[in-house]
Amino acid sequence: MLTYVVIFSILAILLIASALYAIIQKDLLYAVISTGVISLILSVFFFLMQAPDVALTEAAIGIALTTIIFVITIRNTSRYEDEDSSSNLERF
Amino acid sequence: MKKVFVILLLIIVGYFLAGTFNLIPFGENRIAGNDQGEKVASYYLHNTKEKTSVANVVTAIVVNYRGFDTLGEVTVLFLATTGLGSILFRRKEDDEEVERINKPSSSLVTTGSRILFPLIALLGIYVFIHGHLTPGGGFQGGAIIATGFLLMLLSYKNFHASHKALTWVESLAGISFVMIGFWGLISSNSFLQNIPEVGQLNQLLSGGVIPVIYIAVGFKVAAELTGVLDILLNIKPKK
Repeated sequence: MLTYVVIFSILAILLIASALYAIIQKDLLYAVISTGVISLILSVFFFLMQAPDVALTEAAIGIALTTIIFVITIRNTSRYEDEDSSSNLERF
Repeated sequence: MKKVFVILLLIIVGYFLAGTFNLIPFGENRIAGNDQGEKVASYYLHNTKEKTSVANVVTAIVVNYRGFDTLGEVTVLFLATTGLGSILFRRKEDDEEVERINKPSSSLVTTGSRILFPLIALLGIYVFIHGHLTPGGGFQGGAIIATGFLLMLLSYKNFHASHKALTWVESLAGISFVMIGFWGLISSNSFLQNIPEVGQLNQLLSGGVIPVIYIAVGFKVAAELTGVLDILLNIKPKK
């Protein structure tokens, strides 16, 4: 039981840390990779909470497909978050 | 003439809605509760094994009890893919080379993904064929197969998912889902009724319509997600 609690709290701290990193980071590629890490930890959580169906979905869609779609989007737009977002809008 | 049809349709829909709402007592909790099979949630838990002989209760609810909702879910994914395709799809000019990847992958990557691709596809097919026995189902299996295609699309420069084949697979899978539903509607007055025998618990060929529908959903989701990835990867990056 104790090991379960320890694993759970370590994973929860990692989850919150990578979520904060995704918000703070100005390099969008790193931010997208850290959202992928969030999905990875979430799928472990779902598995620990006895929802293997949801864990499978999260693993396939959250880690692989969503991350790659965001990476493709970054490749076609710009990689760094600008300080003023108005210059981003002019591009469209 | 048009107005007559609209009024007729509204009358039919209203008649069936009124009939449905008549069966539900107003303001009574029928969802949650600890009764032995009285309320909806505990009814599923207590009766799924005997009535549908499906080991995975989640699958039994998603495809059997709430199969019509799953049809709506599949339609949502289909519409999302169609919208994306209609916005982003572009025909290649004759002498145009679309640069999907900037540098050619090393032989380590190409060989690795060539070996991994059949294994990933096999895992996806396993997940959706055994949807009624083990965790997982059509959506999960389809997504796993799409990640396999993603690996091939990223590591091979001239690997192309044929749009014609994807369209055919998707349409046939969708049509077979609806046809199975109508088969039940025609022969026993209920959409997606279990026409095949439910069979023995824990057998591969059991669970009525669930394996057939999950195979169709798996192919459909795999084709749709692969199409999305192929369309997205073929956009020309802005220089």
